[in-house]
Amino acid sequence: MKSSIRMSGLGGQGMVTAANLLGTAAVKDGKYSIVIPFFGAEKRLAPTESYLRISDEEVYEKGEAVYPNIIMVFHKDVIDKGKCYTMPFYEGLQSEGLLIINSANKVLIPEYDISKLRELKINIIYVSASKIAMEVAGTELATNMVMLGALIGVTEIVTLESMEKAITERFSGKTKFIASGTTAALDDVLKKKYTKAAQLIEKNMEAIRVAYTSTKNA
Amino acid sequence: MMERKVVDPEYMFKRAPREKKFLIGNEAVAEAVKRANVDIAIAYPITPQSEATHIVGDIYAEGYIKDYYRGEDEFNVMSAIAGARMGGARTFTATSGPGTLRAFEMFPLWAGARLPVVCAFMCRGVNSPLTIQPDNIEIGWLMDTGMLIFHAENPQEFFDMTLQAYIVAEQPDVHIPIGVCVDGFFVTHTREIVEVTPEDEMLPPYDPSTSPVPIMDMEVPPIRQMRDPFVMKSNYISYNTHASWQQEVRAAGERAKKHIARYVGKFIEVTNPDAEILLIASGTAAAQARVAMEQAREKGMDVGLAKIRVIRPFPEDEVRELAENPRIIIVPEHNIVGWLAREIKSRIDNSGKVRGHPRVFGGMTMPPEFIMEEIVNGRAR
Repeated sequence: MKSSIRMSGLGGQGMVTAANLLGTAAVKDGKYSIVIPFFGAEKRLAPTESYLRISDEEVYEKGEAVYPNIIMVFHKDVIDKGKCYTMPFYEGLQSEGLLIINSANKVLIPEYDISKLRELKINIIYVSASKIAMEVAGTELATNMVMLGALIGVTEIVTLESMEKAITERFSGKTKFIASGTTAALDDVLKKKYTKAAQLIEKNMEAIRVAYTSTKNA
Repeated sequence: MMERKVVDPEYMFKRAPREKKFLIGNEAVAEAVKRANVDIAIAYPITPQSEATHIVGDIYAEGYIKDYYRGEDEFNVMSAIAGARMGGARTFTATSGPGTLRAFEMFPLWAGARLPVVCAFMCRGVNSPLTIQPDNIEIGWLMDTGMLIFHAENPQEFFDMTLQAYIVAEQPDVHIPIGVCVDGFFVTHTREIVEVTPEDEMLPPYDPSTSPVPIMDMEVPPIRQMRDPFVMKSNYISYNTHASWQQEVRAAGERAKKHIARYVGKFIEVTNPDAEILLIASGTAAAQARVAMEQAREKGMDVGLAKIRVIRPFPEDEVRELAENPRIIIVPEHNIVGWLAREIKSRIDNSGKVRGHPRVFGGMTMPPEFIMEEIVNGRAR
């Protein structure tokens, strides 16, 4: 089983962190994974994507996921303002693929594109990820966690146990993690928000579980 | 800093136990530097290598490297690296695209001065227009500086080749610089499984007394040529010194072959050498070509792959032999000039069978499907 995932959003929404966590969890599950972020001269709210390949066999292919079978859209601007590296945003999506969109609004996609996606038999899932992140974790910075939870709920691509281990490694402060300047700044915001790293990890996991349960049961 | 012990290089490269990590290329090269017993690292930030020298700075802070500082620009850094190497220190530095170009005067100087510098090149597109994205056109320019050039496909090879480069470069009968090249982002920022050697084991230190040229001696070549250079005088001896010295640098590259075979391994990794269509590629293009080859074979097409890992010294004999059988040779590359196709064409007899496509440049991805298209077109011919 081979998955090729494209995560599109705006810089600061955590596509890179989400892809790293998902890849780490996949490796902990005993699979192979390649993770690559893609951004311009880095700034917040600029189009940012990350690509992820997960397989039971060794993965060689590098670079953009040009023909993914899963696309995750973290922000509506990806769809209606062209803030992504492909036009339209679902370019290359394989038939019977999966599309997860962070939005409560289901009429976001123009009618022409909806009919195209229908032709391709795409499973479209809408998740109010930013809203759930606010409600559960008290910050929109947990949007990426909700998106991951939704993905895992639909696909079981990694186990929740491995995801928890990956999140603990990333945020516990015990493992050294080299982040870009802006990612480090956002990490600081999170650290200030929660008194303890354990609380941050727990809130992230809770955000994942809420989305996991709702998509799993949907 | 943990207590560490010096180990035999061959043991480290071939037999040491390996720990599985999930690393980006920039982390992998820093892991290599940590184990390389480096005396001094000099850095100047440029995407996509900045993280690597950032982490190397952390390693210095932990005590694993004796000295570290940030230079004023790439020309300054590469000049300072030359000075440190002339003084007998083992060095590390890295740069990318425009940084490579700014520092370029130093690369033939390193080679001419017989300095066993190891420099990581995390290749990126060059101006103009400005881009920070992957494109390895700079390897095409580095190829003729006298340096040896390794081209790593992934973070694992980046880790291994960086360590191996020190041992090959510092052989007394080699003693010339090695550029360990990777494609920016596709390797530097790509997270993959990397198996690393134990953290408490490091390479033996560089022994300056093994240098084939005196350290900082101003009276004999190569340093003699900088002060009161021979070539500034119009006589036979001065011309002949420069000419024979350039040949000596190239000869050192040829002499490196046996050491590369011993420490780095195969110059070319071949799958299905007797195929009708042979893909020849290096770096990321080889990774994409492998996927294309697998897809083609699943569809019943007779396709093979030769991944070239060492660009200088170029494995001419092996390439000539490989080029004999296939009807068509396809060379996918991540640059606009096609330096690898050019190199192959110039070394084989029947260069008409070489198709230097697809070429993807300016930062875009080369989907295996592009290579597949070439394979299908090639079969139709």
